[in-house]
Amino acid sequence: MAMFSQNPLLNGPNYSFSEAPKFNAPEGAREHRFDPYTDNGGSTLAIAGADFTIMAGDTRLTSGYSINSRFHPKVFKIGGTTSDQSDATLVLSVVGFSADGEALKERLDAICKMYRYRHGKPMSVKACAQRLSTILYQKRFFPYYAYAILGGLDEEGKGAVYSYDPVGSYEREQCRAGGAAASLIMPFLDNQVNFKNQFIPGSGEGHALQERERRPLSRQEVETLVKDAFDGAVERHIEVGDGLQMMIITKEGIEEVVLPLKRD
Amino acid sequence: MPGFDFSNYNRNAALHARGVPLPKATSTGTTIVGCIYEGGVVIAADTRATSGPIVADKNCEKLHFISPNIWCAGAGTAADTEFTTALISSQLELHSLSTGRKPRVVTVMTMLKQHLFRYQGHIGAYLVVAGVDPTGTHLFTVHAHGSTDKLPYVTMGSGSLAAMSVFETQWKSKLTQDEAVKLCADAIEAGIWNDLGSGSNVDVAIITPEKTILKRNYIKPNERTQKLKSYVFPKGTTAVLNEKITIRKQDIGNFVSISDLTEAETGDKMEVDT
Repeated sequence: MAMFSQNPLLNGPNYSFSEAPKFNAPEGAREHRFDPYTDNGGSTLAIAGADFTIMAGDTRLTSGYSINSRFHPKVFKIGGTTSDQSDATLVLSVVGFSADGEALKERLDAICKMYRYRHGKPMSVKACAQRLSTILYQKRFFPYYAYAILGGLDEEGKGAVYSYDPVGSYEREQCRAGGAAASLIMPFLDNQVNFKNQFIPGSGEGHALQERERRPLSRQEVETLVKDAFDGAVERHIEVGDGLQMMIITKEGIEEVVLPLKRD
Repeated sequence: MPGFDFSNYNRNAALHARGVPLPKATSTGTTIVGCIYEGGVVIAADTRATSGPIVADKNCEKLHFISPNIWCAGAGTAADTEFTTALISSQLELHSLSTGRKPRVVTVMTMLKQHLFRYQGHIGAYLVVAGVDPTGTHLFTVHAHGSTDKLPYVTMGSGSLAAMSVFETQWKSKLTQDEAVKLCADAIEAGIWNDLGSGSNVDVAIITPEKTILKRNYIKPNERTQKLKSYVFPKGTTAVLNEKITIRKQDIGNFVSISDLTEAETGDKMEVDT
């Protein structure tokens, strides 16, 4: 049925209980439905810097045209030794179906904690990223309906961002936007973080024009981009708003910032 | 043949059966309200138009002109509210000319409901009709299927519950004009903040036997937040693969006549990034 759809992601994970084959149903059989998923809207964003990573998400929780909460975080510290996560080194952001997102966060947090108790050191982002992929794929046929992004610092101390689809396909990236306004924010990021479609004026003609060289962005620059990206998304997407939660991961630890966004 | 063009109906029905979705119409997932007071009636609306979860227009007009003393607030499919009110406005003017009487609000309400009922709800117009005529002050709601209500205070659209909660807690039978305007504006604001289909600004229209006062953007509680950084690119940033000049700037006068508009002629300023 979805063969003419332009964007398969917009139709949710591409399988559904309602599309189960019903050609063998006996005469007069009733069709039962099972709708375990809701889309709770919202958007997330992650950018890796030279020696830091910024993870951000808005704090609005929606269903349909209603706001269920104006402050419901979707960016979480992962794998600290205590309940306040004060010594955590990793951050997970989840968007999509918030119940699944939180269940996923709880699972990954428990696994990171166990690792830390057993090995006496926090899990590396690389290891945690692979583990998260495994967790997601284990539920291949009843997925966590969540778009996850994992952020931290790699073994060399460089910023690292890993992004996922709901069934565990993942990739390390410089930056990634997720959720409702991902299609609004991602092109902005391509242009402003990776300088896509920007050329050095007067450096040549047509195809010979030199691309603007990439350079690592400072923490201040990235924070500015994140705020502007969300202000833009709030203007044009109804499910994004209320608050902007940012986690800045450096070797000193994780800093949390919450800024106001428009509430309409 | 008057009326709608159905020539694509069979083709579209066949496409739809094969899973091609219907095109998404711009909807004014809206909050609109109306309230009668001693000496007149007030209607108000938010200014957000949406297409699915995307904001299509941040400052659209949902208060429609019917006649100088009758106005309509519209929710539902944007095109339907726009065209239905324009059609009825036109018919009403001819009706008033042929009868030699001032148009009445009941007439508008009846014409609207008969038009909408004929189309069995396929014209997605949900309207609040308000006005003052020789028989008095009136306020109605008209639903897309053709049902109508006559009430002292009304709300419609996706934000109708948020707005009605304000009326149900604050409304009283003897209101002054200022109180009615405040009540309507507060009801719209409740929709703006609590309903995702509504947002941006508040438009208000006050209709009295003497005149109608349209207060466009009566409240603007959602000014765009200032960008932290300038996103102006240096000239030459975009690659030019080939160029062809058909009309040079100095020759454009040969093809079109150009005149600068004065401030008064320009009307609403479009929002443009600097």
